[in-house]
Amino acid sequence: MNYQLNHLKELESESIFILREVAAQFENPVLMFSGGKDSILMVYLAQKAFHPAKIPFPLLHVDTGHNFPETIAFRDALVEKTGARLIVGSVQEAIEKGMVTEEKGFSASRNGLQTVALLEALEKGKFDAALGGARRDEEKARAKERFFSHRDEFGQWDPKNQRPELWNMFNGKKQYGEHFRVFPISNWTELDVWQYLAMENVDLPSLYYAHEREVFERDGVLLANSPYIQKKPTEVVKKMMVRCRTIGDVTCTGVWASQAVTTEQIIEEVATTRMTERGGRTDDKRSETSMEDRKKKGYF
Amino acid sequence: MDYKSSELLRFTTAGSVDDGKSTLIGRILYDSKSIFQDQMEAVEASSLRRGESEVNLALLTDGLKSEREQGITIDVAYRYFSTPKRKFIIADTPGHIQYTRNMVTGASTANVALVLVDARNGVVEQTKRHAIIASLLKIPHLVVCINKMDLVGYSEETYENIKEEFERFASKLEVNDVHFIPMSALKGDNVVDRSINMPWFGGSTLLYYLENVHIGSDHNVIDCRFPVQTVIRPQTDEYHDYRGYAGRIAGGSFKKGDEVMILPSGFTSKIFKIDTFDGELEEAFPPMSVTLLLEDKIDISRGDMIVRVNNKPEVTQDIEVMICWFNEKPLQLRGKYAIMHTTQDVRCMIKEVKYKMNINTLHRDLEDLEIKMNDIGRISIRTTKPLFVDSYRKNRITGSVIFIDEGTNETVGAGMII
Repeated sequence: MNYQLNHLKELESESIFILREVAAQFENPVLMFSGGKDSILMVYLAQKAFHPAKIPFPLLHVDTGHNFPETIAFRDALVEKTGARLIVGSVQEAIEKGMVTEEKGFSASRNGLQTVALLEALEKGKFDAALGGARRDEEKARAKERFFSHRDEFGQWDPKNQRPELWNMFNGKKQYGEHFRVFPISNWTELDVWQYLAMENVDLPSLYYAHEREVFERDGVLLANSPYIQKKPTEVVKKMMVRCRTIGDVTCTGVWASQAVTTEQIIEEVATTRMTERGGRTDDKRSETSMEDRKKKGYF
Repeated sequence: MDYKSSELLRFTTAGSVDDGKSTLIGRILYDSKSIFQDQMEAVEASSLRRGESEVNLALLTDGLKSEREQGITIDVAYRYFSTPKRKFIIADTPGHIQYTRNMVTGASTANVALVLVDARNGVVEQTKRHAIIASLLKIPHLVVCINKMDLVGYSEETYENIKEEFERFASKLEVNDVHFIPMSALKGDNVVDRSINMPWFGGSTLLYYLENVHIGSDHNVIDCRFPVQTVIRPQTDEYHDYRGYAGRIAGGSFKKGDEVMILPSGFTSKIFKIDTFDGELEEAFPPMSVTLLLEDKIDISRGDMIVRVNNKPEVTQDIEVMICWFNEKPLQLRGKYAIMHTTQDVRCMIKEVKYKMNINTLHRDLEDLEIKMNDIGRISIRTTKPLFVDSYRKNRITGSVIFIDEGTNETVGAGMII
């Protein structure tokens, strides 16, 4: 008998362990669901962790109102299939209530406004642990993130004063009013996610595969043409074969020229690409530490 | 590339900027083509803005604002790369600030530790400290990277002297597998590519070693230990009587039909089924996450442990541990702390501090018994409930505990059961 797991099965086992720890250590967890491949992977792993029972916590989607329509259709089908409960936090509502002010101009995005809607939804639901599909390889501030990440009563992250995590013990103790962000797929890379989704035959939204779409170029990044983005006069819309590597708000998610129409072709593409997947995210490009700055305030 | 047969290897690096640690990591990532173009461009632009003459590869790992400002690494940074044979997780730990806390954290899950030695300086205090921590944390494999060989004329004699010096010191430690590699991270000798400057060295390059070192025996597959994490009860018509014990196997191999004992109750039963989402398994071993179903209805909950009838851990409230202390507030003798051990959550009292260890010399200090931040010492504790423990030497999972301050909820210490 060869007592050795392949790397994907070992990552899977680690993530399942974390998901079960969350169910055991917290009273009211929630899974933050964006509609992207990482949160789809999270839902799939949660199904595995609690099989044959249903996922013992609801999914929370913070809706910017500026989605790709494919994302919402996929989300609703997934909820139907898994029998999970869905909660929607709305940025549109936060704007209407006057809690946040919409950004203006060419690079206006609701991405930053999500934080307010997210914290509001967490507070309203009295959630004490919010599970997220962030990975350490995505971004340099996320490379320092813990599996169990403590947040104070304002939802703030204090990167210089994090609890050390040793062996496989995760300290989820907290004061009343504080909560945790938990990242079960911290150790996965983009390539691991794709290899795993291929190995397990997991369904994904069509946006991830190459398709023809109207796009225009801005600061070296291809953006999907949509009514939510104000174009500059010099920006020309053209039709191209593209695919998304990450899916977020339409206004800040870059698309990539690609011919990859199957998961195996995507793996090939990801293995040889020279750009990180967040290289297309204009929200990360605002400054050198824009992710860290947003995370400290409670961004996911 | 067949990713379905690729293994996972975790390694830790410890050292300061001066050892060339960041350069070494940068070199591994760069030569294995794991640095992306946009990351490289961002680092180049940032180095230029700071007025640095060369591209500062440390900026790849130092992600936090204050780290960039101060030019130091504050926290453990995790980096990832893969080759067709293996996927690697690097826990990159800083050598100075909070060194014990960070090194111990990085070392706790590592298969391999890289200890860097500057060939010009030989074995120094920091080298010893790293090796001692690697040995205390029972990292199965140790690689001594004798770096900056380009600055000593690629001298075989220098390499041999350092190797001998390290071996003499390491004979006092419990490390089984030590490997030496002469290299220049800056020039790329023996990191990914073989050095043409050191034809006298017959060993493998660092990457070849990391890709091929045998890690199949790093888990304990003999002593069966299954800490119960949570109980799965679907309570649906289809699974009306389903009662599964979910957990991650901490040791040994469990097979369908095995006779097992449940701790602390001492009841025995047989494994009726090893269940997963992907179907039933005949056998399960570490570090698999599975769900065990037993033949008999027994009251089992989180914190209980399923073991073999004829191979039990020690069931005890009095435990001796080597403790590493992480907090500014020193360890309080007779003080009470919350502790976590596998899936158990109990309280303990510190009964006695036996000695404090000098982690640069291994010397035992019997006089100064105050365990302060970054100190390591041997203590005895009494817990409110019995724990099911093995020695850390035998099993890194059932042999480890963490200490939590009951006022602040911070993790203040890590212990290895003796």
